[in-house]
Amino acid sequence: MRKVKSLKDLEKWREDILLKQKRHEMIISVCGGTGCQAYDCQSVKDAFQKELIKKKKLKEKVALKVTGCPGFCERGPLVTILPQNIFYQKVKPEDVSEIISKTIQNGKKVERLLFEDSGAKQKLTSANEIPFYRSQMRVLLSRNDLIDPTHIEDYLAVGGYQSLTKALFKMEPTAIIEEIKTSGLRGRGGAGYPTGKKWEDCKKAPGSPKYVICNCDEGDPGAFMDRALMEGNPHSVLEGMLIGAYAIGASQGYIYVRHEYPLAHKNAEIAVQQARKAGLLGKDILGSGFNFDVEISKGGGAFVCGESTALIASIEGRVGEPRSKQIHTVQQGLWGKPTNLNNVETWANVPLIIEKGSKWFSSIGTEKSKGTKIFSLVGKVKNTGLVEVPMGITLQKIIFDIGGGQQNGKKIKAVQTGGPSGGCIPASLFHLPVDFDSLTQAGSMMGSGGMIVMDEGTCMVDVAKYFVHFLQEESCGKCLPCREGLKRMGEILDNITEGKGDGESLALLEDLSEVVADTSLCGLGKTAPNPVLSALRYFRSEFEAHIHQKRCPAGVCTPLIQYSITKKCTGCGACAKICPTQAIEGKKKQIHHILAELCSKCGSCKDVCKAEAVMIQ
Amino acid sequence: MKRETVNITIDGRLLEVEQGTTVLQAGRQFGIHIPTMCFMEHLTPYGGCRICVVEITNNGSKPFVDTACTYEVKEGLVVQTQTPRIIRARKMLAELLVASAPNVKIAQDIAARMGLLKVRFPMEDNRCVLCGLCIRMCYEQMDGRALGFAGRGMDRKVSMPFEVRPDTCRLCRGCDFVCPGVVVPCHGVKDPGEFCGKCVRLEEIPNCCEFGTFGCFCEHNPL
Repeated sequence: MRKVKSLKDLEKWREDILLKQKRHEMIISVCGGTGCQAYDCQSVKDAFQKELIKKKKLKEKVALKVTGCPGFCERGPLVTILPQNIFYQKVKPEDVSEIISKTIQNGKKVERLLFEDSGAKQKLTSANEIPFYRSQMRVLLSRNDLIDPTHIEDYLAVGGYQSLTKALFKMEPTAIIEEIKTSGLRGRGGAGYPTGKKWEDCKKAPGSPKYVICNCDEGDPGAFMDRALMEGNPHSVLEGMLIGAYAIGASQGYIYVRHEYPLAHKNAEIAVQQARKAGLLGKDILGSGFNFDVEISKGGGAFVCGESTALIASIEGRVGEPRSKQIHTVQQGLWGKPTNLNNVETWANVPLIIEKGSKWFSSIGTEKSKGTKIFSLVGKVKNTGLVEVPMGITLQKIIFDIGGGQQNGKKIKAVQTGGPSGGCIPASLFHLPVDFDSLTQAGSMMGSGGMIVMDEGTCMVDVAKYFVHFLQEESCGKCLPCREGLKRMGEILDNITEGKGDGESLALLEDLSEVVADTSLCGLGKTAPNPVLSALRYFRSEFEAHIHQKRCPAGVCTPLIQYSITKKCTGCGACAKICPTQAIEGKKKQIHHILAELCSKCGSCKDVCKAEAVMIQ
Repeated sequence: MKRETVNITIDGRLLEVEQGTTVLQAGRQFGIHIPTMCFMEHLTPYGGCRICVVEITNNGSKPFVDTACTYEVKEGLVVQTQTPRIIRARKMLAELLVASAPNVKIAQDIAARMGLLKVRFPMEDNRCVLCGLCIRMCYEQMDGRALGFAGRGMDRKVSMPFEVRPDTCRLCRGCDFVCPGVVVPCHGVKDPGEFCGKCVRLEEIPNCCEFGTFGCFCEHNPL
């Protein structure tokens, strides 16, 4: 690695890297994201390495890269062959020699590893043809599959740190803030506060030194956007922070990564070290006289530490508890100094805005929400993974065009957005554009970008109960409404799902929810009742069915359901074999019966029955 | 020396108060009652119990709810302490409080003051209301640093470091003095859904071992 001391040095380095990379005729990029690692992409990579070592001629021509997450996590491990742009999915180590001999050596495709469009019954070669990618607009994630996150050279090769040089040598700090302001970028952490305004406030705030913080403490169940960015392209976040720090006048930055993201922590650490070695962090960066360094702070994994004041307390070494936000963190944040805190995705947007201009950025999206947003699309849809779309796209498009619609014949009835702070949006409102304001109006929020799709097999009372219990455990316990109120809400919801709810339960639940939202200390408590309130707003009939008729329409709440076997039963005996409590009786080839008093309602019989004879009542 | 003052409105009354005071202090100076639990003069406001919530309009903004004990006065602030939204919120908070600690006097006092007639939640019997007064007393006034919160959410409790009394504790009993939970339980009610709201402060202290009180943290007298 070189130490660059001036703009010239950096450009020379970039040229050398590009020249070096030109030698490679082909690139095999294996996804090394957390999703694919779970599918054991490591052994796929090892297999490639072995094959390439065997064939010495190839080794010089072909480059093997472990890259960040391209998003289609469900189909991992993913392998992309560049420059032909052939997209292989579900690759196993056994397939590697075939890929090498067919694709790399002879330029043919391995048909069985290509993505098959279930509708058109057609094999699709490149990623752009796949419906999952077709409707997306990949700006932030576009470079993820070109970059090995542990090599700063890869980031430089795709034009990295160009925005930094532009900002340092061609722009005044105020001009940078003006540019961010006119771009209309809003904080991607959930609240959607205008980023440019925040920077300006922090710049104007009296006090020095100033700090910038990157919040990578994403804890929503089912969300992994920040994680994928930090794991796949940490230098873009660093570059954003550098530009922000230069504009604000900060000299020290922190990246707060949660303990549960070991790979993100590792890659961020490597990126910081490499940037420091290369002279892109430290004193007198590129000879501009601007000093900035970044430290990585590891969180203990408390959900509440995603809240800015609690996060700052955690960095300072105190207990991660929020304080009253009457004095904003831009005035008095870390160690009482002006502090600018932004989300990973917000920081990653900054270099793009500086590079391509605020006009380009503000041309994407709606009037009040600009740019693109990454969502993690999970739940009961065919295609799950990371999705980057322009703001203002409808939910319909995300769920049905990109997500591919319903999974196994059950109709999609709602989507949960914004994690535990958000709410459920029913299918009748899927025409809503996805931006900060319209989702808030519908009683949910965009949040940091989790999107959980639910179908008829999901009980909304159960979902509300899940989120309330999650928050009850994650509440710091400082303020009374959040600590006691959430506990009581959980108790009421427990009662309802157990069939013990009465006529007053719903009124009390609503009353309590509104008070908790009104009086809680921090954002966690203030938004905690959203899942309950939105479920009550759109799915009240389900709550009423639980209370008055003592039944669960989705067949999820075990105390309220009964399993029985209908006349469709062929008497195969598969259910009796699998039943863990021996609650199923019956002779061979005769209709079986379930003994209600022994049944533990685990549902194994329903899963195993081929004749679909097991019913839930 | 002239003191800097700001003009604020509390419940329709125009008041001139010193800069740097909180809404709660300003209200109390002029005899406007705002109930509190975790607040004590000369200790840092904590904002944990939320009983002192008021509705605030800051220079024409939408009215929002915040705690009077932590909100500093600003020029042109309009504060409402008795709106239906606030009364409803305080009532619900009192209900939550008394359901969690029915045998703590302050919980009963607040509930009685709010005119609460029925508790709709199952009763528990906690002795500690987690107001944090003892911790702030120990840290700020006595320089003891012997107490702190441990655990998160429902597991939160007041504890000494690793549950061992450190040398910094001089057994000054400051914590005991400020604790709203050390008054002898009234033994009046323990049935769910019921409470009396008629407690009087009893001046005796439960005896368990040589230090006699809450400050000892022995097994007979847990927090």
